[in-house]
Amino acid sequence: MYSKKIVIRYTPEIVQQPVIYELVKQYNLVFNILKARIFPRREGVIVLELSGLKENFDHGIRYLKEMGLKVEPLSKSVSQNTDKCVHCGACTSFCPTAALAFEEKSLKVLFDAEKCNGCELCVSACPVRAMEINLL
Amino acid sequence: MKKLKVKKTFKEINDKIKEGRAVVVTAEEMIDVVERHGAVEAARKIDVVTTGTFGAMCSSGAFLNFGHTSPKIRASKVWLNDVPAYGGIAAVDCYIGATEVVENDPLNSVYPGEFNYGGGHVIEDLVAGNVVRLRAEGYGTDCYPARKYERNITIKDLKNAMLFNPRNAYQNYNCAVNLSDRTIYTYMGMLRPQMANAAYATSGQLSPLFNDPYYRTIGIGTRIFLGGAQGFVAWPGTQHNPDVPRGANGVPKQGAGTIAVVGNLKEMTPEWLTGASILGYGVSLFVGIGIPIPVLDEEMSLFTAVKDENIYTQIYDYSMDYPKGSPKPLAEVSYKDLRSGTITVDGKKVITAPLSSYYKARQIANTLKEWIEGGRFILGEPQQILPSV
Repeated sequence: MYSKKIVIRYTPEIVQQPVIYELVKQYNLVFNILKARIFPRREGVIVLELSGLKENFDHGIRYLKEMGLKVEPLSKSVSQNTDKCVHCGACTSFCPTAALAFEEKSLKVLFDAEKCNGCELCVSACPVRAMEINLL
Repeated sequence: MKKLKVKKTFKEINDKIKEGRAVVVTAEEMIDVVERHGAVEAARKIDVVTTGTFGAMCSSGAFLNFGHTSPKIRASKVWLNDVPAYGGIAAVDCYIGATEVVENDPLNSVYPGEFNYGGGHVIEDLVAGNVVRLRAEGYGTDCYPARKYERNITIKDLKNAMLFNPRNAYQNYNCAVNLSDRTIYTYMGMLRPQMANAAYATSGQLSPLFNDPYYRTIGIGTRIFLGGAQGFVAWPGTQHNPDVPRGANGVPKQGAGTIAVVGNLKEMTPEWLTGASILGYGVSLFVGIGIPIPVLDEEMSLFTAVKDENIYTQIYDYSMDYPKGSPKPLAEVSYKDLRSGTITVDGKKVITAPLSSYYKARQIANTLKEWIEGGRFILGEPQQILPSV
């Protein structure tokens, strides 16, 4: 079983099409939508966790790209600006997936992008704006 | 108190520092030293214990003098990057406060406000060497005819820049929770409803005033690590209050002592003076402070060996009791429990997170240790100690 959180960016032309349905029907993939937005100019973004056989996953991603959608791992859209972070840890009690957590010995705040679900709570919690999320 | 077996003076310790013979440990390391060797032996072995804290300290700011202009101006209103600075002092002096918000910020009218820029950020920009827009207005006098002045400056263009923080390094601080049904936005950060999280500050066992709970060695003239440079304790801080409940180890169980600190802003760095934006509350400044504590006798070695598990604070409800101004604590909790990530209050598990950086506090204590070991930092003997009990 392969599983990955991805960000899909829609253009206004495709936003009406049931692409997620095709992922299930044609590629036998399980999806869990973490976030979905349509913006005023009808472009959209979906953050979802996609699970299934690795082969099916790869085919599914290829299908999305052939449809003209931009697909990226979620980990590419979220980052911790380590120049800004002061390692106070204010974010750690808000992060629902423990992607942001103290390293036990150093007590530095480390960010594990693979665990992140893109909820953006850390962005609000961080007093030095060290968490950078680009889901637009 | 029974007779002390070890007795050292500031002068003796400073002589050792100058000769490069002083033995310095951090407040964390001192815990082990005292556990292994006992207080008396530790007092013989160790000369100085270094501490550190790095947290948002709202009662901070800087006096700036931007030099006389031509023609001269009595700058009664001053802005730095559109953040108002107080101009009600002499002609080209002003004070930029950490919590002053940039002009025309929507504040909390779009709730919760983001507070992206303010005095704390101006101070960070200055110490980073960034260009800052200075704008001043005067009403015009015979001796100061100019009414307007505007110029891009960096910290190098300022005649003088002194960080002067009226209240820093609070000896202990509340742990904040929210018992209401909605998320609230406080200076302790976001607090989720029904006590879903708890926020606390201070670096506990590393924090300066926890390691000298009765201020035996700290007072006016104590040389400290301040914002990356050497600064001084200038006075007892505002709201300094030694007269609070204390544990058997002398450590206050609630907010108690504070210090006013001063230092040359031109020598400081953005790593240790960092602007903060606190959602729905406002702007502030993260300040890095470290105080070296001389181990004058075995009582001081016991004080400096204090551990998180023996330091307690009170939990307050920031949705009702605290803002109303008649706070009753909900419970008492140790810093060891707070630092573990969860505490139990009224049978409920609550996730905890700090607002001050233990990682940076430790860096400060280590830096101070290096400075003293290298003979680059001499202890400042206080002219007068802070009021104690």
